[in-house]
Amino acid sequence: MIALIAGLTLPLLAALASIALPLRARVPAALLGVALTLIASLWLAVEVWHNGPVALLLGGWPPPIGIALQADGLGAALGVMTALVMVGVALAARVELAPSVAGARASFGFWPLMLLLWGALNAVFVSRDLFNLYVGLELITLTAVALVAISGKAQAIAAALRYLLFALAGSLLYLAGVVLTYAAHGTLDITLLATRAPAPGDALALGLMTAGLLAKTALFPFHVWLPPAHSAAPAPASALLSALVPKASLLIVLRLWFEAMPDLAAPSALLVLASLGAIAVIWGGVLALVQKRLKLIVAYSTVAQLGYVFLVLPLAGGDGAAQPWAAGAWTGGIFQMLSHGLAKAAMFLAAGIYLAAVGSDRLGDLRGQARALPMTGFAFALAAVTLMGLPPSGGFTAKYLLMTAAFASGQWAWAFVLVGGGLLAAAYLYRPLAALFAREVARTPRPISRLWQAVPLVLAALSIALGLLSAVPFDFLQIGRPDQAAEGL
Amino acid sequence: MSLSVFALTGAALVGLGVYGLLARAHMLRRVIAFNLIGSGLFLFFGAAAARSTDVDPIPQALIITGIVVALSTSALAVGLVVALARSTGKAYLPDDEGGA
Repeated sequence: MIALIAGLTLPLLAALASIALPLRARVPAALLGVALTLIASLWLAVEVWHNGPVALLLGGWPPPIGIALQADGLGAALGVMTALVMVGVALAARVELAPSVAGARASFGFWPLMLLLWGALNAVFVSRDLFNLYVGLELITLTAVALVAISGKAQAIAAALRYLLFALAGSLLYLAGVVLTYAAHGTLDITLLATRAPAPGDALALGLMTAGLLAKTALFPFHVWLPPAHSAAPAPASALLSALVPKASLLIVLRLWFEAMPDLAAPSALLVLASLGAIAVIWGGVLALVQKRLKLIVAYSTVAQLGYVFLVLPLAGGDGAAQPWAAGAWTGGIFQMLSHGLAKAAMFLAAGIYLAAVGSDRLGDLRGQARALPMTGFAFALAAVTLMGLPPSGGFTAKYLLMTAAFASGQWAWAFVLVGGGLLAAAYLYRPLAALFAREVARTPRPISRLWQAVPLVLAALSIALGLLSAVPFDFLQIGRPDQAAEGL
Repeated sequence: MSLSVFALTGAALVGLGVYGLLARAHMLRRVIAFNLIGSGLFLFFGAAAARSTDVDPIPQALIITGIVVALSTSALAVGLVVALARSTGKAYLPDDEGGA
């Protein structure tokens, strides 16, 4: 329980310290906060692994008056993934956002924003109260928008404003759903809502909340804000925006449809959501294929990769919840979130290294850079293996589990999406890889320290290790899983 | 009776806000439209969540929290609009310049 509290409070304290302390002590304080929060996240995961879900009633008030926090396997696993990405981003940002490189404004703003984002993410991962989740989402939005605008360039500010428009519209839709839920049931606690008496307005409330969360997750057709926003930010900030921020709204979608109101998961509704996910997989892949800049390819790839997660809804939700394949489909979706987070952070950090070394992320200028910066090229290739879903990566395990569930449940149409998305990913990632591994060198890069180069490599290797060592995380994700289905697959 | 007046007023505010958000491209108008939607939702919340004659403290706490969140979001949005206007001379997003 101390680990749960520490994971929520340490990032906030470190964020305040990184504003208030004298100039020289700011970055060390932020790094200390990063290290301590990493320990808290790992400790929380160990506690969940040994004792099951860790729960905390704020102020000792039980719901519906009070707010319940609970770390289950899903929340703790996302917390650990977040912590690993944050550590990598912090190490890269020490170099990339030094005042001499990024300017005083960005280097001052980045550390508190990053730590506040971490605190808000951890709050969303463990919240069991719909309104508390709303506040957490808003904190994430505020910090993420500020991270997009951190460079202060006109283009970045316009991208941040467009992002803010979508995110605010999403928040208000979500809030409208929360209001209707409270008016009908007098509670916003997810556990209590699961046992509520159905009311006529429930479907409208769930629809409003889901629509709002989709806008925040950038699911097709709400994806238009994402690529400009994610590519306008400095690379460490893009890594946070792409690897972590959409995971919070995705997690709430899963909690709503699987835990709070699973009785409303009509097959037609699940089909619509999964179809939007399938379109996102294909459309995001096609758009990634035609981009000429590395960061935009990686950003459009996020649109595609997030679409996969929505395939969980028809495979593990509704009537399928009690089926033998549900556990596999559920875990496959979460594996996709975890491995995408690690691999996408590695890709954006690698793109940042290329930007620093070559001064451009146009594919033509990156030709032959794998020879000059072999560790970064290898990291990008490893991350690409995960995103394509090739064995033995975490992305492969995710897509394998989803595909097994698709065949076992007779919904084989989703398997075409998985295969097609994998082929598209191979195509759109082949272009940067072919440029990087070309024989001739377009530009002579500036030297990059090995320590900095190692950061994306470690993150990419972790996304591969997630597949190699998938048994432990698989069991971990079953802790506190909403519907304990028979483990048939 | 009075409760349904509040709820209907809240719904009307939400409608006005949504119209402003969709029909107006000027970013300051959009920020105000967001605040209208938010205020409408809070008003509706207060009216719709009054379940009996007793005072229910939870909606009050949630509305106050929501107002604080809305205020901070508006502050960030206005700050960004000002920064955009300073750097481009316009308070419109690039694609929306033809709008009203």
